[in-house]
Amino acid sequence: MAKSDKNVFGIAATFHTTPDVYHACEKVRDAGFTRWDSYSPFPIHGIHHAMGLKRSRVPLFTLTGGITGFIAGLVLVAYMNFDYPLIVGGKPYFSPIFPFPIFYELTILLAAFGTLGGMFLLNRLPRHHHPLFDYEPFLKTSDDTFMIVVESTDPAFDEGKVRRLLEEAGGEDVTVIKAGS
Amino acid sequence: MPTLAEASDSPKPDILEKVNPIDMPRRPLVLNDHSYNWVTEKVCGIVEGKTPTWWWISFAIAGGMASFTLMGLIYLVATGVGVWGLANPINWGWAIVNFVFWIGIGHAGTLISAVLCLLKQRWRTSINRTAEAMTIFAVVCAGIFPLFHVGRVWFAWWLFPLPNSNWIWPNFRSPLEWDVFAVSTYGTVSVLFWYMGMVPDLGTLRDRATSAWRRVFYGTLAMGWRNSSRHWHNYEMAYLLLAGISTPLVLSVHTIVSFDFAASILPGWHTTIFPPYFVAGAIFSGFGMVLTLILPLRSVFGLHDLVNQYHIDAMCKITLATGSMVGYAYAMEFFIAWYGANPYEGFAFVNRAFGQYAWAYWIMVSCNVICPQLFWFKRIRKNIALVWIISIFVNVGMWFERFVITVTSLANDFLPSSWGYYSPTIVDIFTFFGTFGVFSVLFLLFLRFLPLIAFSEVKALSLPQADPHNHDHPENRKGKGAH
Repeated sequence: MAKSDKNVFGIAATFHTTPDVYHACEKVRDAGFTRWDSYSPFPIHGIHHAMGLKRSRVPLFTLTGGITGFIAGLVLVAYMNFDYPLIVGGKPYFSPIFPFPIFYELTILLAAFGTLGGMFLLNRLPRHHHPLFDYEPFLKTSDDTFMIVVESTDPAFDEGKVRRLLEEAGGEDVTVIKAGS
Repeated sequence: MPTLAEASDSPKPDILEKVNPIDMPRRPLVLNDHSYNWVTEKVCGIVEGKTPTWWWISFAIAGGMASFTLMGLIYLVATGVGVWGLANPINWGWAIVNFVFWIGIGHAGTLISAVLCLLKQRWRTSINRTAEAMTIFAVVCAGIFPLFHVGRVWFAWWLFPLPNSNWIWPNFRSPLEWDVFAVSTYGTVSVLFWYMGMVPDLGTLRDRATSAWRRVFYGTLAMGWRNSSRHWHNYEMAYLLLAGISTPLVLSVHTIVSFDFAASILPGWHTTIFPPYFVAGAIFSGFGMVLTLILPLRSVFGLHDLVNQYHIDAMCKITLATGSMVGYAYAMEFFIAWYGANPYEGFAFVNRAFGQYAWAYWIMVSCNVICPQLFWFKRIRKNIALVWIISIFVNVGMWFERFVITVTSLANDFLPSSWGYYSPTIVDIFTFFGTFGVFSVLFLLFLRFLPLIAFSEVKALSLPQADPHNHDHPENRKGKGAH
């Protein structure tokens, strides 16, 4: 088996319709590749099944953010009300009821930051550059074409085999992408 | 006889063979069966083309208008809050009216993108970006008023729980303090939601960029987004979660705004109907403003296929529904005032309808309750000019609603000896008039530099060929995939 070439990022194949790329993804998945991806100008419904992706882990970040926000609100109000007690209407210094809107809003605020941050973190973004951006036709994947790229770091990567697989799956313009300098 | 499991496994029940029902085509969300590329070109073309002359003219007018807010505020800060029409007993005048007015308008954006997302209303994709932008700019305008209403604006940071030289912390029992948290959270989360939705579209603008500054500007904003399905997978989950947490947020914000009133003891304010009534009113006014903005945009930019009668119908129906809820709340307030048998409460409502502010009350009722009822008729919903005029009435009516609530209760409270009549001063008028300029300046900048339709979402949800299982679409039969 040809060892992966350091100068090769992967092999790209272009598709023009969603059914094509969907079924091609199923074939690549069934061929046992792990380090590969498909690119589309919009999220294709159900493509994660065709690619065999696991459930996204973004909710963990949302939950962490939400819990942090709630506890932060609780600690904030409790500390401040004991640090300088404002006696209003004979109410207790602290109760979890009256400042509940504060906890509530902070829960949502930090959950939102957690969600957005988690999404970027899991996607390894922001990223300054990526070898695919050097491949001119790739830029059309943000408009109306679809692409599958099998990366050279995949343990099962073999240029000839991947090329044949992508062509059989209906891919056009099967091209080797350079890893970039 | 098949078991239930077997029966549900077969895709087509036998009965369908016999009755042979006709196929009911879905109403298309994007007219004229356009391609993906058409959508990209249409929306990106607006941002990439030459700046139109009307844009410069509108921008100059909007900038001129915005300077009125600046003048009003400079005069206020240099002189004191006394330059506003506030006087005992009416210490909440136009500033609070305008704050609630703008924050209410800001509710439609998040409602469209969050609540309608959870309800799988696909038509929202054509309008959600514009509505979210409207939300953020409306919150900016809203924020100006309470900020300056505190009197000494240079101490406005005391609203936040920050250490200061007095060693005093904010009073967390006060609804006004809850409001600080609610509105600032709302503003922040709306920006995050808006931005996240825009990342893929900014990526497209970056990929299409021809000049260096565009590549840097959109490239920076797009964060290196590259349309990978693995990324989309996390992105869709994040979008759904943001929608899920924005829904309780959007409902909580106007609820808390209504607490500013409802947690007091004034007749006419101290009612339990306020939270739902304010939320319905906010959505109502927000949709009014969305219609006011989107109808001219669609003619100017020729977006008739993307924002078509389907969308206008849907927006009109939501306006009608929420307008009727607001009308119900007006009636229920009167009923409870009578049924509750509290003489002060009863007086407050009779006074609203027939007292010194009766003119404002009846403007409110005719704009908010009677006007939107016209949307029951399809003929009226199809008349774009008329829909636009009604949307303006909705905006006017909702401003008057806040005026009626804020001012009438303060002007005539428990003691007739302390009654008063509120009139705004020229400074009030300048400041409020100018906020429309502030809003328009921000909105015009948005139109010029950012994609005004969420086109990646339009492609995914509104174009039939985007569904990988829709093999009926001619676009999808062209491919030579193995199926």
